Amino acid sequence: MINYFKYIGKYFIMLKEVFKRPQKGSIFRESIFKEIEDLGINSIGIVAFISFFVGGVVVIQTALNLDNPITPKYLIGYASRESLILEFSPTLISIILAGKVGSYITSSIGTMRVTEQIDALEVMGINSLNYLVLPKIIANVFFYPFVIIISIWLGIFGGWVAGNLTGLVSSADYIMGIRSEFEPFHLVYSMIKTSVFAFVIATIPAYQGFYVKGGAIEVGKASTRAVVWTSIVIIVLNYFLTQMLLGK
Amino acid sequence: MIEVRNLNKEFDGVQVLKGIDATFENGKTSLVIGTSGSGKTVFLKCLLGLIQPEKGDIIYDGQIYNEMSNNEKRDLKKDIGMVFQGSALFDSSTVEENVMFPLKMFTNQPYEEKLERVNFVLDRVNLQNANKKFPAELSGGMQKRVAIARAIVMNPKYLFCDEPNSGLDPKTSTVIDNLIQEITKEYNITTIINSHDMNSVMEIGEKIILLKHGVKEWEGTNDEVFKTDNESLVDFVYSSNLFKKVREAQLRQDNSGS
Ligand SMILES: Nc1ncnc2c1ncn2[C@@H]1O[C@H](COP(=O)(O)OP(=O)(O)OP(=O)(O)O)[C@@H](O)[C@H]1O
Ligand SMILES: [Mg+2]
Repeated sequence: MINYFKYIGKYFIMLKEVFKRPQKGSIFRESIFKEIEDLGINSIGIVAFISFFVGGVVVIQTALNLDNPITPKYLIGYASRESLILEFSPTLISIILAGKVGSYITSSIGTMRVTEQIDALEVMGINSLNYLVLPKIIANVFFYPFVIIISIWLGIFGGWVAGNLTGLVSSADYIMGIRSEFEPFHLVYSMIKTSVFAFVIATIPAYQGFYVKGGAIEVGKASTRAVVWTSIVIIVLNYFLTQMLLGK
Repeated sequence: MIEVRNLNKEFDGVQVLKGIDATFENGKTSLVIGTSGSGKTVFLKCLLGLIQPEKGDIIYDGQIYNEMSNNEKRDLKKDIGMVFQGSALFDSSTVEENVMFPLKMFTNQPYEEKLERVNFVLDRVNLQNANKKFPAELSGGMQKRVAIARAIVMNPKYLFCDEPNSGLDPKTSTVIDNLIQEITKEYNITTIINSHDMNSVMEIGEKIILLKHGVKEWEGTNDEVFKTDNESLVDFVYSSNLFKKVREAQLRQDNSGS
């Protein structure tokens, strides 16, 4: 237990170092674009693929649960849209990104640690935490909302395709459903969650990688640990954010 | 000039450095020698502030390292070049980007000027036509040379090399040794080299410190090495048969001469 407090303390001390002024603006901007490509753009493919298919599954399952003849069919579209916006896209996709991006961040920073590249940066007088981690945080926090919007769209589209293919809900009903009773705050809530998770996905794996000791095996172990902890923290934060933002 | 006073470092209760005192002067190549595990790398990392010693002071031109502010430390580090034992090149950057990195970070020179400087130092370490290669595509010796180029690209006032010529053939080794000595003289650098290469010791060791189990066993110049009676040094130097013969020949000569 004491150990956990120690880790949490060390994590926040790390953040203090991370949030310093970058030493050179031009290099900082360059790194941000590189990270957007590595962490964001390179994740769009898998996110699109998963979102499309899960969107379809959500519609089929919702349709099966709303099979009472009195409930109007458009509710299927409405319910699917809501679950995609509220939960599926921000939370599930973040967990998937925790695996994909988290392990990438830990192993790349961890390898730099064990091959003394981080020492080399420090010897040059560079704040290595700031140099390595801040661009990742910024890339994540500002780019993931776009990724999640794409995910929501493709999920809804996948649902429409599945509804048509199975004949469970007609195109007209579905479209009516996804357009009815839209609550903008739900989208805001979704984006707030996404940004918080994006921060977690950048920082916990960075912490695991930065403080790794040993060699290749330890880097591997740290990656696993990073994914597990990032996922746990996302799930717990998801609960509290939901209670705070949606709970009455 | 770098002074080291009573430096002590332990890892998990094991003393790795025991009360080391030393002085390293400008314009001189000083060598720290010793068998594997004697504490050379730890010693160098303590000087660089990468490892925090339990006790002792590191003094850079009169300023105690541990008493400097973060900004002062950062400024000092711009004057430091370091070659790590494992090269520590940035593996996702090309050779050119590696060497250019400190220039990009700390100067505002136009690109052409930086490139010119990069090519100049790469040329000095005898490495042409490798600019666009990635570290993984180079041999160990070539990586070492890139690391040396990166360490000297900013014209450091202090140069630290952890076994700069391990993994190099004798010829390149000599080239590197001479290069380090040359720039040390040219720019009046304080240079400290970790080594267990006897060739380097004899070629460029203007000051030699022998570490054994973390203790400074001996200190002197390369001329004094062959005349020493210090058992540990004799042990270290004459572990090679070739040098054993050289020493015997020299002693014979000395005896017949007197
Ligand atoms: N981070 C560390 N944690 C624990 N022990 C360490 C650490 N670094 C070095 N040591 C120990 O300190 C001692 C000195 O190591 P050091 O790397 O300085 O040797 P060296 O003289 O550089 O050897 P070599 O010539 O093989 O490079 C060794 O016994 C090593 O096990
Ligand atoms: Mg060593």
